[in-house]
Amino acid sequence: MIEILRPGLLTTIQDLGRPGRTALGVGASGAADRGSLRLANRLVANSESAAALELTYGSFAARFHMPATIALTGAPCPVALDGRLVGMNGPIHLRAGQRLEIGVPTEGLRTYLAVRGGIDVPPVLGSRATDTLSGIGPPLPAPGTRLPIGADVDGYPLVDLAPVRGYGDEVILRIVPGPRDDWFAPSALAALCGGPYQVTADSNRIGIRLSGPPLERAIHRELPSEGMVAGALQVPPNGQPVLFLVDHPVTGGYPVIAVITDQDIDRAAQLRPGQSVRFERRARGRGL
Amino acid sequence: MRFLTAGSRAVLIEVDGLDQVMELHQSLHRSPAPGTVEVVPAATTVLVTFDPAVTTRERLTADIADIADRRPSTVPPSDQGLVEIPVVYDGPDLAQVAHSTGLSIREVVRRHTDARYTVAFGGFAPGFAYLSGLDPLLRLPRRPVPRTRVAPGSVAVADQFTSVYPSRSPGGWHLLGHTETAMWDVERDPPALLVPGRHVRFVQVLV
Repeated sequence: MIEILRPGLLTTIQDLGRPGRTALGVGASGAADRGSLRLANRLVANSESAAALELTYGSFAARFHMPATIALTGAPCPVALDGRLVGMNGPIHLRAGQRLEIGVPTEGLRTYLAVRGGIDVPPVLGSRATDTLSGIGPPLPAPGTRLPIGADVDGYPLVDLAPVRGYGDEVILRIVPGPRDDWFAPSALAALCGGPYQVTADSNRIGIRLSGPPLERAIHRELPSEGMVAGALQVPPNGQPVLFLVDHPVTGGYPVIAVITDQDIDRAAQLRPGQSVRFERRARGRGL
Repeated sequence: MRFLTAGSRAVLIEVDGLDQVMELHQSLHRSPAPGTVEVVPAATTVLVTFDPAVTTRERLTADIADIADRRPSTVPPSDQGLVEIPVVYDGPDLAQVAHSTGLSIREVVRRHTDARYTVAFGGFAPGFAYLSGLDPLLRLPRRPVPRTRVAPGSVAVADQFTSVYPSRSPGGWHLLGHTETAMWDVERDPPALLVPGRHVRFVQVLV
């Protein structure tokens, strides 16, 4: 049992989400930075899709009421166990009663806390992910919330430390133009790739509102609502793009000028308000 | 059929209208292209997301074109039965709809209950379904100013669609009445009562 003492700005339970129900109006949701969730689960030898905690801006504290093995990945934060500093990106063994304190990340936004066995709250529609747009999924952990630990394991922890790259200052996200790039002025894609764009404070798991060179429309009629994907750069009438993350609406009525590559969505999920980001066209023929 | 790129894991297929959307969606539902993750129908498009470990954009596009070509020449009979939704026609916009359409209230209700609808697509909110088949005389643009709160169970019309609000939400549709039938229940599988392809009829309940 994990007792949440301080959930920080926003802590949610996340796994790899509930894909396949979009036609019912239910988005996939799940960890915003899936790579970090998978890594955290692998470090404690969980199945990759086990449920873990997604912290936003750190500042989290919890007490473990049973011995546990945990791992922290994603945005790097100072981590202390009963006041003693411990490292991220490797398994940490806790005794019953120990207190885990996580500080503010030095870079990035979202930190993942996996516990061996996974967080065992009841799944909703096949997943333990909390979709912050629709409200589907387990309730948000609050001070005093006690989270049961499950048995969603796959072997035993073997790795002591996973090497990870830092985020770096300049963020470049690769885009694939379309599906509605033809709804924009010919200069719009160049403007998008000229950048930079600032991440505004109006950003969350649903999307990142960007501020930068406006993207001018060529077609001004209304677009009938159509299916949206994570990574889409949707452009409302003010010309400032919104980058959709995991809890994005399943359909939308503003044209999408381009979509960032699937590999870069995890990086986008670590962008902080105030940070600047550039877009570049993915080189042809590389990857998918 | 026009195939548009929607990132590294999806194609957006644009077709001529709702009938083609429903036909394509039904075809892709019956025989999914290998590697398909999601099929999301909308008003004039079908979005198909895929797993790049299983297929490529080129292969998926070819598979979808094949599946669309194989469509049966006659409209296939529904295998999902008819959902009947009891409605009390007491909506706050009923009189305004009658006025705007030039029909009597009774005639609005008759035309709304006479039609047989098909769930075309979802979206907007979990369990919200766009039902096609609305009597052309009941077609109205959305309200100029949306309501900030629409009660769950509200039965409404806008444009070529009718729907039932599954949960409390903002909304710009014209409210004709309400139903006690739950549109959305996470304890149910599927949680949405109205899934694409399902046929629906509204039945007037007098109180």
